[in-house]
Amino acid sequence: MLAKLMSFFLLGLVRLLTGAQARWYGCPPKAEQRIYFANHQSHADLVMIWTALPEELRGITRPIAAKDYWTKTPFKQWITTAVFNAVYVDRERKGEEDPLQPLADALARGDSLILFPEGTRGNAEDPQPFKAGLYNLALRFPQVVLVPAWIANIQRVMPKGEVVPVPILCSVTFGAPMQLEPGEERRAFLDRARQAVIALRDV
Amino acid sequence: MNQFLRNLTPTQQVATLFVIVFGILAIASTAAFLMSFRQQSRDDAWHAELKDLRQLLRTSVYMVAVFWIAWVMGPAVANTLFALLSFFALREFITLSPTRRGDHRSLVLAFFVVLPIQFWLVATRRFDLFTVFVPVYVFFALPLASALAGDTQRFLERNAKLQWGIVVCIYGLSHVPALLLLDFRNYEDKGAFLVFFLVFVVQSCMVVQHVLTRRLKRPPSIPQVSGSFNWHTWLLGMVLGSLVGGLMSFITPFKPGQAVAMAFVACAAGSMGHLVMKALKRDRGVTAWGARGVAVTGANGLLDRVDALCFAAPIFFHSARWYFGV
Repeated sequence: MLAKLMSFFLLGLVRLLTGAQARWYGCPPKAEQRIYFANHQSHADLVMIWTALPEELRGITRPIAAKDYWTKTPFKQWITTAVFNAVYVDRERKGEEDPLQPLADALARGDSLILFPEGTRGNAEDPQPFKAGLYNLALRFPQVVLVPAWIANIQRVMPKGEVVPVPILCSVTFGAPMQLEPGEERRAFLDRARQAVIALRDV
Repeated sequence: MNQFLRNLTPTQQVATLFVIVFGILAIASTAAFLMSFRQQSRDDAWHAELKDLRQLLRTSVYMVAVFWIAWVMGPAVANTLFALLSFFALREFITLSPTRRGDHRSLVLAFFVVLPIQFWLVATRRFDLFTVFVPVYVFFALPLASALAGDTQRFLERNAKLQWGIVVCIYGLSHVPALLLLDFRNYEDKGAFLVFFLVFVVQSCMVVQHVLTRRLKRPPSIPQVSGSFNWHTWLLGMVLGSLVGGLMSFITPFKPGQAVAMAFVACAAGSMGHLVMKALKRDRGVTAWGARGVAVTGANGLLDRVDALCFAAPIFFHSARWYFGV
């Protein structure tokens, strides 16, 4: 109940501040198992892409949240669990366990994922090089559709270190789905994925 | 008929005005809808123009409906409505002006402090402070917030842009609800007519210019700024707008001659302001704030619709206050 109210409030707030426009440029919004991967410049990215998805897809799509940051306070933990239904991921490898395991579990259950392959927020013009997680997941789940996305302007709404957001129109552009080619190298694939995200900036 | 209208209370008169406007829009929409069935003997251009017209009518219906709701709910709601309009317009303006990290605090101030205070000043009728709050106090406070952020790169340019956005979107638009609260003698509770007069006159002038530009196909006078602006059509629009104002003098506190003059002032400010905004858009490399320009932002072109009003309202407001001493 409370989570439902919170999600309504957040949807309203994000739409009021940013317009949260979704532009389905390369593919239609469709209820198939997908991994959306996007550039990452602000904590609001997660909320932004979540708002841009249509209601029907929002329920089956789970964002990835960094465990160290999003479980720091009870409120952060509640909002990522109850409202966004997020999958937590460790940014640092601890011992033997595979940090991608929670993601693989979610995909095995049939959920779609929202992934920020840069790992951390950047503040440069271009996204940083992608980390290997996307490649590993694509390798293990070849049937999952990979959709690149570009989130525009969000870093202006809430730059790193600020608390009060400023109203500026933002949009999420979804590109054409891509696939891991047979025998494609890890680095080559990750660079191709990064280029696919960057290419959406100017469409 | 005239006697009948005069005997109505102000509330009934305003209600009648809305009934008439809705009626005209309904007739025009029905006519346009029926015309869309005539397929033979007309070319594609005609159909495209009809589609444009129906789009325009639909927007007008929405706008009038919003005005009507605002009027029914009282000045407080009307004020809030214009505050929202101003918020969305400023959001569009800022989206297309490059800002840096150092501007964040100033932007927060503009949206969440300056805007509410300005409209609160209108609602509480503090007209002396209302007219100087933005040009005097905000003009000083915002660059200070920017300077405190410690980023001097393109400092003047960034601040000028923000100040401009505030003057156009907040200061300009806040003068529209302020008209509702002006006290002319023997004209109590009829501020809605004045707002209607201003909006209708300015929009007629703009529409006439728009239509004439398409029909007459004259070369643009200032091609660097606007591909369509032409002094000839501008003058025709001004004359027609002023005449419309004169015809509507019976709903205003002005005599017919005064109404023509006030309409002329409003049209001149509105159309020239529109031209200024066009120059601004050219500077930003877009032709419209809306989707046709930079689709990436998702702006829906609200500012394209209201920019003439943003410029006309303050000038109309002040000339009315100055001339009539209210």
